[in-house]
This record gives sequence, structure tokens and C-alpha cells, in this order.
Amino acid sequence: MSEFKQTFNSSLGKKLIMALTGLFLCTFLIVHLGGNLLLFKHDDGYGFNVYANFLTHFPPIEVVAYLLYLSILVHSVYALVLTIQNRKARPVGYAIQAKSNASWSSKNMGLLGSVLFLFLVIHMSDFWYRYKYSGTMTYKEYRTDLSSGKTESVEFNPTSPDFENSVSTQNNFEIVRVKDLHARVESSFSQLWYVIFYVIAMGAVSFHLLHGFQSAFRTLGWVHRKYTPIVEFIGTWFFAVIMPLGFAAMPVVYYFTKS
Amino acid sequence: MSNGNMNLTLKVWRQKNAESKGAFVTYKAENISPDMSFLEMLDVVNEGLIHTGGEPIHFDHDCREGICGMCSLYINGHPHGPKNAITTCQLHMRTFHDGEIIVIEPWRAAAFPVIKDLAVDRSSFDRIQQAGGFVSVNTGGVPDANEIPIPKVIADEAFNSATCIGCGACVAACKNASAMLFVSAKVTQLGMLPQGQPERYSRVQAMVAQMDAEGFGNCTNTGACEAECPKEIKMTNISRMNNDYFSAKLFGQEELHEHASGE
Amino acid sequence: MSLDAKIPKGPLAEKWSTHKFNLKLVNPANKRKYDVIVVGTGLAGASAAASLAELGYNVKAFCFQDSPRRAHSIAAQGGINAAKNYQNDGDSVYRLFYDTIKGGDYRSREGNVYRLAEVSVNIIDQCVAQGVPFAREYGGLLDNRSFGGSQVSRTFYARGQTGQQLLLGAYSALNRQIHLGKVKMYTRTEMLDVVTIDGQAKGIVTRSLINGEVETHTGHAVLLGTGGYGNVFYLSTNAIGSNVTAAWRAHKRGAFFANPCYTQIHPTCIPVTGDHQSKLTLMSESLRNDGRVWAPKTIAIAEQLRKGAIKADQVKEDDRDYFLERKYPSFGNLVPRDVASRNAKEMVDDGRGVGGSGFAVFLDFADAIHRLGKDAVAAKYGNLFDMYYQITDEDPYKQPMRIYPAVHYTMGGLWVDYNLSTNIPGLYALGECNFSDHGANRLGASALMQGLADGYFVIPYTLGDYLATIGPKPVDANHPAFEKTKQEVITRINKLLALKGTKTVNEYHRDLGHIMWEYCGMARTAEGLTKAKGLIQALRADFWKNAIVVGSNEEVNPALERAGRVADFLELGELMVDDALMRKESCGGHFRLESQTPEGEALRDDEHFAFVAAWEYNGDNQPEVLNKEILDFEFVHLTQRSYK
Repeated sequence: MSEFKQTFNSSLGKKLIMALTGLFLCTFLIVHLGGNLLLFKHDDGYGFNVYANFLTHFPPIEVVAYLLYLSILVHSVYALVLTIQNRKARPVGYAIQAKSNASWSSKNMGLLGSVLFLFLVIHMSDFWYRYKYSGTMTYKEYRTDLSSGKTESVEFNPTSPDFENSVSTQNNFEIVRVKDLHARVESSFSQLWYVIFYVIAMGAVSFHLLHGFQSAFRTLGWVHRKYTPIVEFIGTWFFAVIMPLGFAAMPVVYYFTKS
Repeated sequence: MSNGNMNLTLKVWRQKNAESKGAFVTYKAENISPDMSFLEMLDVVNEGLIHTGGEPIHFDHDCREGICGMCSLYINGHPHGPKNAITTCQLHMRTFHDGEIIVIEPWRAAAFPVIKDLAVDRSSFDRIQQAGGFVSVNTGGVPDANEIPIPKVIADEAFNSATCIGCGACVAACKNASAMLFVSAKVTQLGMLPQGQPERYSRVQAMVAQMDAEGFGNCTNTGACEAECPKEIKMTNISRMNNDYFSAKLFGQEELHEHASGE
Repeated sequence: MSLDAKIPKGPLAEKWSTHKFNLKLVNPANKRKYDVIVVGTGLAGASAAASLAELGYNVKAFCFQDSPRRAHSIAAQGGINAAKNYQNDGDSVYRLFYDTIKGGDYRSREGNVYRLAEVSVNIIDQCVAQGVPFAREYGGLLDNRSFGGSQVSRTFYARGQTGQQLLLGAYSALNRQIHLGKVKMYTRTEMLDVVTIDGQAKGIVTRSLINGEVETHTGHAVLLGTGGYGNVFYLSTNAIGSNVTAAWRAHKRGAFFANPCYTQIHPTCIPVTGDHQSKLTLMSESLRNDGRVWAPKTIAIAEQLRKGAIKADQVKEDDRDYFLERKYPSFGNLVPRDVASRNAKEMVDDGRGVGGSGFAVFLDFADAIHRLGKDAVAAKYGNLFDMYYQITDEDPYKQPMRIYPAVHYTMGGLWVDYNLSTNIPGLYALGECNFSDHGANRLGASALMQGLADGYFVIPYTLGDYLATIGPKPVDANHPAFEKTKQEVITRINKLLALKGTKTVNEYHRDLGHIMWEYCGMARTAEGLTKAKGLIQALRADFWKNAIVVGSNEEVNPALERAGRVADFLELGELMVDDALMRKESCGGHFRLESQTPEGEALRDDEHFAFVAAWEYNGDNQPEVLNKEILDFEFVHLTQRSYK
């Protein structure tokens, strides 16, 4: 076995992979939340759709995106492998399992992760897959008056099935034609079950990160009397509270403000 | 009872040997003084069993003062019972109340097979120590003890890690049956001290490899080990070990990967 | 029979180095042709096994516990002495030697004790090199504390767990050799006999504690590091499993047993609470550095304390008798253990004992807490205070500890010469298992020192001399002596298993303990000892008729293990009583009421008893034969021990 293979097959190596992919996914969440805040802009999806278009057509971002998908897969597969090993390590269980001082989330990372995986499958098939591969997306055309800065939107039906996007200037109007992901979001978030599922999933994110963020630092060995409390603070308040609340706010707000 | 003594019901795991299947058997423990230790209570039950032609309950124990690490009972869902920072032999019956049902199980882990009843085989721990839990110095020919000054804080920290008694409560408590706290305590003790530096990176690799080979689970940082450790060994040991391990594996020199225990 | 201790001639300070030079050496290439058996993996056994394996011998090591790390050396709390003189307070090898000889009440060998003091400094170096985390000063250098029986600070310590840290150091050295294949480790394996061929030890017979298999093992030499026999008293600070079996079976094969009556009763233990008690817990002697021992001045106050009508802190200063400080102004609370124990017993006999049972005196930290602050006291003794609290449910920060003496250590053991060899060639005894260095009383923090001295720094030299003499010819495993001894062991096991009486082995053990404590404990008389002899003989006869031993051999059977060990204690007990009867003087831990000074101190009779009593087994139920090794004191002047 090569040195690297040996390292990543060891218990600690697998944990290292979990920690690194986990932290990478955490950083992605920040970007994702930041971009999606555009949903709260009352511009009929102009900012959001342009942003979605940018993400899918800017090559460096695409590279990062594939790294992201890989991370999700590796994080899930390794979690599964580790869980199986852990089960094997205790073939006969205890009759009595008292409440230990260990937190609930730390003991249920697998369950939380499974919920998140299910969420990701639905989430990505609904938005990402449809956006990129389904061919069922509608389009929108945004006309911005360059003198007044006002933007208006109209439906747009491309003539070619391969149409992706276009930007042009006509008569002092900037015309942007892009896929209308915003409409897709509006339609998804108008269904109650969908909203509830999203909120539950964000709850899972909260508990998963409540343990996961600081646990990753422990696994990496980055524990220090002075800095660990800061890590725990960020993990708790930013990743387990603000972030899931921000994400959960989107479906909730859309559901209650739908026309 | 008027004299303060208690009557208790015990549900005890009985298993003839490693190969046979075990089951819980219920016993009465009567007229138990609150001043007895938990093991003395079991002594009383066993004496009763011997008198009535039964087979005494087997459990590991030796020093009965909380330091040898031999006693290993999982009592009412906790290794070493419900109180913190003590071993089973230091648990006194005043912790329980009259009429209580007490469930006693052995440590449960693939790497700790049951020998009989409540006693398990913890030789996997010895093999991990044998893999690298030492400083390779022969007897004689060492420098004067005061030639190696060690800052008091470092000596104290190393001592805190060195207090591990190798009982296995960390493994028993961990939902993954992971031995990380045990292994990291020795890795950290020697890794912090100047004497342990020459083999610091080879030691951690050898000990982790043996730990994996023994079939312990993986650490998910739940902290159950730290909470149940009778000697209050801290989880920071685990992080320190991880740090050393990754340094060794990912950034270490090639020759450091050679095993360090050569003559 | 005259006993030759083989003490080298010459000036005290040169004996060991001269001797080392005169010992034969085994050629490095030949060392791997020798097999050495080490029984017991405490400080002495583990350090010997590791050191011999490092030299190149093939070592087989045995312990009855599940791991070598469990040996009861691990429970030693206070520390380890060494004549480093790091504190610049006047210590020296000679002073440690002198303190030890005097502390042992002039009943040990000058040559051995001097060597012990000499190598003590190497032990500390060795342990530090292994990574033992001794306590340190802020400057990074090693810290020391003082201990009973000395007026210098020479005790190295690792909080209250020095034995643990030293044992784990030796265990790590042993592990290294196991990993290298130089030591083959047998755990959960009990030694049940020594095999001798032509009067030389050539192997042992063991029983697996997992499946009962009885096996023989061959070796060019057999080393016993199997500890002391304090559990003959049933209640002691020893581990439950500590036993005399290995040493006793060796004795029955011809090894002399020396000074069996020298037992150390440690003054600061937690008092007994009831019949259910299975063991006693020591509170480290280091507590006497800051704790003050006292009893109430009057019986009336003691009675009120016993009834719980008043609490200790309500007793006025004027009503307290700090009896050690009063009687021994220069050593105060730091008198040797035998003196402290005897004085506590005197208080209790005087009706001034405290606690529910009246069998206790106080060890008070109020002054220390007032002087140093609670945090400083907790930093020094925190784990001991916690331990006390766990056991008694009383907070020693608020109320003084109740303490009472308990059996702790046995100075007696297998007779060995200067080379640690018993009178059976090839059979060695190390650590507490032998009798050699502590005389009639051991000073605090000297047991760890002796165990490690024997294992690390004495036996690696002296064993080589013997091995070079006998040559590397392999031991014939098919020699009939092996099968014969094995069959004798099996016969004895079957005899025990056939016992289907009405009284448990534990009950016999407890009865024996009562007899020993009552008549052969802190104060002994000819009358009491004679009575005890009869009682033990009767108890032993009853045991072999009425004991119950459940289960079979081919399984995990602690009842059988226990039965074998108690049967040996029942024989040893009688020998202890014989020895105590024979020794009509008081010395150290052996206090004959008939022999005391006007002040009630132990009164030696150097004219008649300055010898080692080495007992020779003479067949079952036959009186043992007394052999004397006369103790020559060339360098120290024998005086009445005084700590005033």
C-alpha cells in the first residue's frame, strides 16, 4: 500500500477526510447563503437569475462546484464506511444506555447526515439538475433602461433549444436573457410540504454543524485553550443558528408572501 | 430497613466463556450496608451463591483502591457506575437506594471479548502499548535526572495524561467503541516530554496502526470517553495525537516511518 | 546450617563496585542461549525482565493479572527515595544508608543497604529517561518531599501516584522487549511450583487462569518478584489478589523463608467499617508532612466523639493530645511507621480512640489549610482527600481524617544472599518477595526504591555470574522432574476441588486474619502467640475438611485460585507465629510486650537476636528448622533507636 493510501485508510486518515470535506462544505454554505440572499431582493429575480447564470457559466466556479459535489460524495461515503466500522466495533450492545454527557447531536451525526443527504438529493434534482439538464426551464428577459436604471422583466421564449443566455444593448436598454430559476424557486416554495421539509432539513443542518464544525477542528488537532472557545462560538452561533435560520427564512418568507 | 441497610435487585450478565451465549440473571442482594463498596456487595452475593451451591459471579478486580484499572463493570448504563471520576471499586453502596434495580454488564467491544460473565479480555490495550508506548532507552547509561529540565506546566500536563489506568472505560462508554482516549493519553504523555521527542512521530504511527488492527471503532468526538474516564483524562489528548499523526503521515520525513523500536 | 550471605569484603563504599568487577560475565553472543523465567511483573519483576531482555537473554514473564500493568506496585502513593541531595540539605549515600539501617532497627545487612542507597540515584535517572513525569519545581528541576524516619527531603514523587508512574515506566520498558520478541509475556497465568533438578531451579509449573491448563516452563534461572504476604492478615492494603503462593511453594521446595514475623503496620489507613470489608485503603505517609496526628486528652471527650455528640473541630485545642509531637519533639509527626502505629494503638488501648468503633485517631489538616490555603493543600494531596471522601463520605477539608494502622508491607520474605539468590541455586527473589534490605521496619518511600534497585541494577549483574557458571546448555524439558512436579500440582488442585464442605474459603481467610491481627499484629506476647499457633493449626485442619471449593479446573475459577492461596496463607501464618515466638526481643515492626524500654519503645536484644532467622521447611506439619545468619555491624554503631 502506498503511504497515502495507508494514511487515508487508517481510522485517523478517514476522520481527516471527514473533517476536511466537512469544513469545505461549511465554507460553501457561506457563499451559498450570501448568493441566495438575492432572493429577498424585490427585482422579480433579476439579481438571483443573473447570479445563478454566473455560477453555472464561469469556469473557475465550475471547477469549485465539481470539487463540492465530490466533497459531498466523499463525506457521505466515508461516513457510511466509518459507521459500519463503528457498528462492527461493538457487535453486542448494552441493555441499558444511560444518558451520557455527550451531546445529542454528537451521537446522531449519522441520522442528521442521512436527512441532509436526502435533502440534497431533492434539492439538487429540483434546482441544479433541472437548471442544467432538464430543458424544462423557462426564460426571462430583463430590460434595463440605462438612463433611468429601471429594470423590467418579460417572458422570453428562445427559438433555439440550445439557448443559454445572452446580454445585449439596444436603444439605450441593456437586455439580459437568462433561465428563470427564480420562478422555479417561487413555485417550489409555494408548496407547504416542501417548505416544511426545507425547515426540517435546516434543523438538521443546525444540529449537524453544532457538533460537526468544532469536531472537525478537534479531529484536525487544532485545539487550543485560547482559540477553541472562538471556534465553538462560531460553530454554535454562526453555523448552527444564523446560517440555518437564513436558509430556512427563504422558503418560509416565499410561502407566506406568495401572490 | 431500620439499620439503614438496603435490599437490592441485581440483573447480572452471565456468560460461561467467550464462545457461549450469555444472558441476564436476576439476583437479590439483601441487607447491604451503605458503607460497602460495590465490589464488596458482589462479594456478599457471591458468598451466598457459594453457600447455596451456585456459581459465583465472575468479575475482574484487584487493588480495590482505584488505581490498578482491573475492575470493569458497566453499571446502570455507565462504565464504573453513575458517579464521576471513580472506578467501580471506589463506588460505594450509599450511591444507591433501597429497592433499586441495578443492571450490571461487561464492557462491550469487539476488541474486548468476554472471558467469563463480567470479565473481558483487554490484551488489545497491551498490544497497543507494546507497539510503541515507550521511550527506547536501555537500563543504565542515561543522563542525570536533572540534566533534562522540564517546565512544570509541561510535567504537570504530561502527568495528567499519564494517570490513565488502562481500564477501558473510554472504550466502554464510546458509542463507537473507540480507543482513542486510551491511545492518545500515552502518545501525549511521551510526546510532550523531551525524553519522548526522538520517537514522537514513529510512536504515534505505530500505536494508531495497532489500534486500528485491534478493531476499535473511530472517534466522533462525542466526549463520552472524557465524561466517563475515572481519571478524568481530557479529549485534548486526542487532538494532540491527531496533530502528531497527521504531521508524521503527511509532512514527516521518510525515515521517520521506519519503526522506532529497533535495538 | 550456616548461611553465607556472600557480602564482599572491603570498605563499605567499595563493596558493590568490587563485587561487580569480580562477577563473571556472559559473552554477548551467548546471552541469547539462556532462558530466564521472571514471575511477577511489579516493579521488581518488570524492571528485571526488561533489563535482562535488553542484555540479550530470552525472558519468559508471568503474571496472574490480565496485564503486567496491574501489579500492586501501582498502588504505592508517596514516593521513592534517592540520595541525590538535590535539595542541598545534607543528604548523601551514607545518610540514606544510615537512615535505612536505623529505620530497620539494625536488623538488616550493612552491605545490602549500602548498595541500595548507592544505586538509588541511578533509579531516578533511569525513570526520568523513560518519561516518568515526576513532580517538578518551576525552574524545571525535580522536586522532593520529606518522608517518615528521615530529616532530609529525598523523596521523589509524582503527585500521590508515584508507584503507578514508576510501574508504568517499567511496564513500558517491558513492552518494548515484548515487541522486540525478547520477552514472552504470559498473563492470567499463576505460578504454582518451582521445578528443581539436582538442587538447582530449572523451571516452574503454571496454571492458566482462563482454561486451567497446567504447564511446565524451563529456564536456566527462575526469578520471583511476587511481592509480599500481607494478605495473610486478610485485611491489608494489598490488592485482593496479592498472595504468598509463589514464594511459599518455593519455600516448600527448599528455599529458606527469612524473618516472616517482620510485618509493617502502616499508621495512616482508613479505619475498618464492618465485617463486609474486603481491604483497607492507605492514606499516603506524605500526609504526615502537613497533617497533625492527635487524640482527645480525656476518655470522656473521646466517648462523646465516638457517640457523635460532638465533632472533632469542636474539641478545644487544650483538650487535644498531639501525641507524636509531644513524645518525639525532633521528628514529630514524621517518626517511622512502626513508632507512629504503635502510638496510635496506645491511644486506642487507653480508651481515647475516636470514630464509631473507637479504633481510630485523627489526622488533622486544619493548621495546614490555615497556613498554606486550601488550594495549596489540594494541590499536594487532592487525590488522597478525594479518595478519603469517596470511602468515608466525610470531607477531610472540614473534619480531620480518621486513621488507624493497617498491615501494609512485609519486610520478611525468601532468604537471599548479596546476589539476590535464594539458597536454591538458580532461584532468585527480588523486591518485597525477598527479605533483604529493610530489616525489621521499612522506611517510607523505600519499597519502590528496593524493587527497582533489585530489578534494574542488581540482578542484571549478579544473574550473569550464575549463568556463566552453569553454562548455556539447554534445560532438558523432558527431565522427569518436570512431569513429577506437574503431577504434584495437579494432585493438589484436585484435592482442593474435592473440598465440598460448608464454609467458604473467604470465611477461613477472614478467620485467619483475625487470629493474625489479634495475636501477631502490632503487639505480640508469648502467651498470645502460643495460643495463635494452636488456633491456626486447628483452622488449617478444618479448612482441609470443611471448606467449599466450587467449580472445576478447566474454566475460569477464582474460587479455586483463592483456595490455593488461602491454603498457603494457613501454613505461612503458623511460621510467622513461630518466628515471632522465637524472637524474644522487640525490633521495628515486631513488638513483643515483654521487651520494651521504660518509655514503651521497642527494646532490642542485640546480644541474642542480631541475626536473620531463615526457616527451613521440613515436611508437612513438621516444625521448621531455624537457620541463623549472624548480622555483623562493621560500620554502624548499634544504639537504641531514638526519634525524640
